Amino acid sequence: MTLTLKISALTKTFAGVKALDAVSLDIAPGQRVALLGHNGAGKSTMMKIILGLIPYDSGTVEVCGGRPGAPAARAQVAYLPENAAFHPALTGQEQIAHYLSLRGESPKLAMDLLERVGLHAAARRRIGTYSKGMRQRVGLAQALIGKPRLLVLDEPTSGLDPVSRRDFYALLDGLAAEGASILLSSHALTEVEARTDRILILSGGRMVAMGTLADLRRTAALPVAMQVTARNGYISELAAALPGAIRVEGDLRLTCAQDEKLPILARIAGFGDKVADIEVVPPSLEDIYSHFSRRDGQ
Amino acid sequence: MTRILATARSEFRISLRNRWVAIAVVLMGLFALVLSAAGSAPTGELGVDRLSVTVASLTSLTVYLVPLLALLMSFDAVAGEVERGTLPLLLTYPVARVEILLGKFLAHLTVLAIAVAVGFALAAAAAFRSDAGSVEGLPALWRLGWSSILLGATFLGAGYALSSLARRPSGAAGLAMGLWLGAVVLYDLGLLAAVVANGDGWFTTTAFPFALLANPADAFRLYNLAASQATSAAAGIAGAANAIPIWQSAASVLVWPVLALALATAAFRKVTP
Ligand SMILES: Nc1ncnc2c1ncn2[C@@H]1O[C@H](COP(=O)(O)OP(=O)(O)OP(=O)(O)O)[C@@H](O)[C@H]1O
Ligand SMILES: [Mg+2]
Repeated sequence: MTLTLKISALTKTFAGVKALDAVSLDIAPGQRVALLGHNGAGKSTMMKIILGLIPYDSGTVEVCGGRPGAPAARAQVAYLPENAAFHPALTGQEQIAHYLSLRGESPKLAMDLLERVGLHAAARRRIGTYSKGMRQRVGLAQALIGKPRLLVLDEPTSGLDPVSRRDFYALLDGLAAEGASILLSSHALTEVEARTDRILILSGGRMVAMGTLADLRRTAALPVAMQVTARNGYISELAAALPGAIRVEGDLRLTCAQDEKLPILARIAGFGDKVADIEVVPPSLEDIYSHFSRRDGQ
Repeated sequence: MTRILATARSEFRISLRNRWVAIAVVLMGLFALVLSAAGSAPTGELGVDRLSVTVASLTSLTVYLVPLLALLMSFDAVAGEVERGTLPLLLTYPVARVEILLGKFLAHLTVLAIAVAVGFALAAAAAFRSDAGSVEGLPALWRLGWSSILLGATFLGAGYALSSLARRPSGAAGLAMGLWLGAVVLYDLGLLAAVVANGDGWFTTTAFPFALLANPADAFRLYNLAASQATSAAAGIAGAANAIPIWQSAASVLVWPVLALALATAAFRKVTP
């Protein structure tokens, strides 16, 4: 299985600002990778380099087996820029028909594509009259043209309403199932959590974490929170056995390191009937994200 | 080819919606009619037909108006895409930059051609109404027609080049107007001043003809005046026109569009979105 995208030690400097610093990344067919990072972390820069829009200083980038921006690569890569813009005088249908022709597809498919992103009703109106989310959908529609092997989507869900976001990720699942690789950036952590295979966190141009959510959880080794509810009258007995637990109303709350989690759970289970309920709250993606993304001095 | 045509189709549609087609056609038509009306003095004694006279005055109109229209349509071509933010996405498509430019070029040239055709057809109709002998002037009108379109092509290319260099529509507009003033108005004044100052010296005899041929607007004027029978009646640079072989001005008219497009492509290749 050949990799769709192969980046190693990619470095890019803008007039003294290190936008990317020795970043490496591989994406295999069918993989969905989320790119996270603070504003100015270098996400869009990395995407533009992958697309061959801007040059890079050092490292290697291989897109679908070729140089980024080479005609063969461009034919297989779809892009959604972070602020998708189109000519306001064209209608959605005309714009998509144009993009279809540029990819050598029949312009008649425009309506189908617009229907897939839920824009068929407005297809014959000028893009100048569209709302932000509608323009974003035109951008999504053009990214679906042909059968791209790699989709590079810069904040694809920005401006979409919650239902459209869900539809959008369902669309991505379908594409990934057919073998397309997907690299998307986002600031909406919760949606990325459930819908991508791998997460990559950039901070100040450096890659500070990469892996599945479980991997990141392990490496971050953030404390796990637990909430134990005791049966009537047993709360003091439980509290005595769980040092560090604090009483909040009728419950006991405690946090522990990852590797203490199972021993503590075993100890609690030893109380049998005296425990009414127990809830384990793993660190959220937000917690993990801020753990990795925290920059020096912050 | 399909990519060039697709781009041309979209650009033409945009020109229609931006009213550029209407503006160009109305301007050319209006000026052609005004010229025909203004030049409607009896011509019998000059021994030339009505249409030939009209062609002579159309030549001096076209040399100003067509470059202006061409620059107005083209200055936004690249800078506008940069400003709207549509360029990065477009450049990720499997389409060569030269194909994008050629598509725009085809659309804009079509608009110009329509405007020129309408304007000249009106002028011809006016000439035929007052003088049935105007058939004589048809070859000159035809020549003026295609050379006007080539003149437009040159300035479209120049406009794209400036648009790529400026990267901001306002800057591109300034450069385009500068080019128009320089190439169409000031260039001739400068040459005239140099000729007057130089008398019969080296500049007037040797450099001047080349200076005329080097400017697409002057070459266009030379070519049409030299080819036209009404030359003597019309122009200030007519003397020079007679001294320069017609194939040279024709070559300049033909070569400039290619050169301008090559320049535009080179400049567009340098644009990083
Ligand atoms: N054309 C440019 N010229 C100079 N500096 C640039 C340029 N483009 C980006 N940068 C700088 O590179 C860094 C990374 O920018 P980038 O746009 O990649 O961030 P990002 O991760 O996409 O941020 P956001 O979440 O806000 O979209 C920033 O410091 C930015 O100022
Ligand atoms: Mg960005």
